[in-house]
Amino acid sequence: MSTPATQVPVEPLPLPAERRDDAPAWGIFDRIGVVLAWVAGITLCLIAAAIVIYMLFRGLQYVNLHLIVTHPEVGLDQSKTGGFLDPIIGTVILTVLGTAIALPIGVAIAVWLSEYGRPRGLARAVESGVEIVAGTPSIVLAIFGLLLFSQGIFGFLSFTAEGNAVFGRSFFTAGAMMSLIALPLVVGSTREALHAIPDHVREASYALGKDRASTIRRVLIPGSRSGIATGASLGMGRIAGDTAIVVILLGATLTLQGVGGVPGLSTLKGTGSTLTTYVYNNSPSGEGGAPEKAYAAAFVLLMIVILLNFAVDLIARRRKAQWRA
Amino acid sequence: MTSAATKNRVDRRAELVLGALASTVLLLIAGMIVFVMLKAWPSFAHNGLTWFGPGGNVDQELTDIFNSPAEPSHYIYTLHAWPLVYATALITLSAVAIGLVVAVLSAMFIVEFAPTALRRVLEPVVRLLAAVPSVVYGLIGILVIVPFVAKTFISESTKNSVAYVVQLDGTSILVGVLILTVMITPIMIAIVVDALRAVPNSWGEGALALGINRWRALWTIGVRAARPAIVAAAVLATARALGEAIMLSMVTGSVGFTPNPLDGLTFFIEPARPLAATIVDNSEGLSVVPFGQTLYAMAAVLLVASAFLSFSGWYIRRLLRVRGVTSVGTTAPGPA
Repeated sequence: MSTPATQVPVEPLPLPAERRDDAPAWGIFDRIGVVLAWVAGITLCLIAAAIVIYMLFRGLQYVNLHLIVTHPEVGLDQSKTGGFLDPIIGTVILTVLGTAIALPIGVAIAVWLSEYGRPRGLARAVESGVEIVAGTPSIVLAIFGLLLFSQGIFGFLSFTAEGNAVFGRSFFTAGAMMSLIALPLVVGSTREALHAIPDHVREASYALGKDRASTIRRVLIPGSRSGIATGASLGMGRIAGDTAIVVILLGATLTLQGVGGVPGLSTLKGTGSTLTTYVYNNSPSGEGGAPEKAYAAAFVLLMIVILLNFAVDLIARRRKAQWRA
Repeated sequence: MTSAATKNRVDRRAELVLGALASTVLLLIAGMIVFVMLKAWPSFAHNGLTWFGPGGNVDQELTDIFNSPAEPSHYIYTLHAWPLVYATALITLSAVAIGLVVAVLSAMFIVEFAPTALRRVLEPVVRLLAAVPSVVYGLIGILVIVPFVAKTFISESTKNSVAYVVQLDGTSILVGVLILTVMITPIMIAIVVDALRAVPNSWGEGALALGINRWRALWTIGVRAARPAIVAAAVLATARALGEAIMLSMVTGSVGFTPNPLDGLTFFIEPARPLAATIVDNSEGLSVVPFGQTLYAMAAVLLVASAFLSFSGWYIRRLLRVRGVTSVGTTAPGPA
């Protein structure tokens, strides 16, 4: 405003001498604010760097191939307790199982919410329902799961003791509850992806004589594939990192304990552990024996999570180009 | 005509199937509340409101419940869970309060002030911090930070000053709050950054054109418009903090103790144990009937608290939405 834009020699308003008329004034509080913002940003970087470098250092110090490929064993002497092959397998099984359950249900909910959403009241209720599931602590999900799956009718999912007492702890039951952790993430990012598909794409499909159901199946779901994948990877990261459900619903037994004779199925019906409970039990707060092994397992876990994170990044980058053309 | 009718029927059926599937979420939540409440009822019924009150040593009470006689008529339920509730509230609220300030500042930094190179680093950093499993945070806490606190802040005299009530060994609310803040801040940053980006550029540009500086423009226009998202972020972070069990059970000492602010600075290095950590720590006891019911009562408290949070967050967002950015994706929890 105060910049003299024309040649007319108009005397500008008298301003304080130190104030330049091309830059806005920076009060002391504004300066403090900017400095604090810088401090916050740099601190975040430093914390992340400290965690990654420290874990990398400890990881390279303690991880070796022997640890990763040998089964754990119970023992007092740390040189004889083996590695953590079983927890790694447990993490993989549980992550795949949880995602496999969450994915179809999550996509269905997202599609219904954004493409149908009738009656409105029900849609709004489902929406806040998903939010409540997202906000429920995993420990509460865990002990609710234990209560639910100890009921007689779910006996086929886990170990049944003498007198029909259902144990309720197995890969199946833990996977089912884990899927609830991933569900809101899948719903959220699928909805976002559906939202990003322009309406003219839908209209083009209707104009070709497709009804809504086949538009969803042939156009919208393929079109939101990368959003679905983002949600799935985020969910996998959360599942791989959760401990409470494993402690309570998987039994956190050191090795995979199959139930019944059918190979494969017996493992899924049985108990086991994951890297998270392995770390927990080997830390000073568990039985406390072996910080080296806890560090090694935590390092492997962190690598898995970082890889999943990286996958999210890649998918998101690819998605950006999709609807621009 | 018939083909159109068939098509319509297929479409209708798809809608019904998807709708039914979506409604199972509501069924699940109803089931969860009913199941947990029913199981928890004896503990609440026996104690009434004193369940939440102070009195006695909570760990001793839990042990008594665990060891109660086998006949149902002699079950012991007496519990005054105040230390656990207090620890939950104290740790959650402090972490969220600190985290919210840091999150808003960092989000402003990422959106407005960071040089491009730094911004490229910061975004993956935020996602990484949000993705690190809580047990890894806990491990670093108990093996690195707790010994550091024990060595630096705890002298013989501080130890002796509270030795008659509690032992100090470095596991403390200070470490718990510190790590919890690091855990929940990235979640909030991700949401606030998205919201600040969703504010129309012209709003901020209009403010700049009126001659105020960049900080003022962002603070008075961007942050104000993003208030619904900031509330959503705080709610989500509170829910995460409330339910954090593993990390807190590792670093806060797992003692049912009520840290006393009157102890001065020693207050920060006193141990405590929130509700969620209590459930995890005692999960072997779930099969002992009265003890299990007591743990379910704690879960019920957490469940009600988190559902209440969801509702109040939704309500506050509605109130603020009038003037805010409406299209912010608050339904996508976590770092999206």
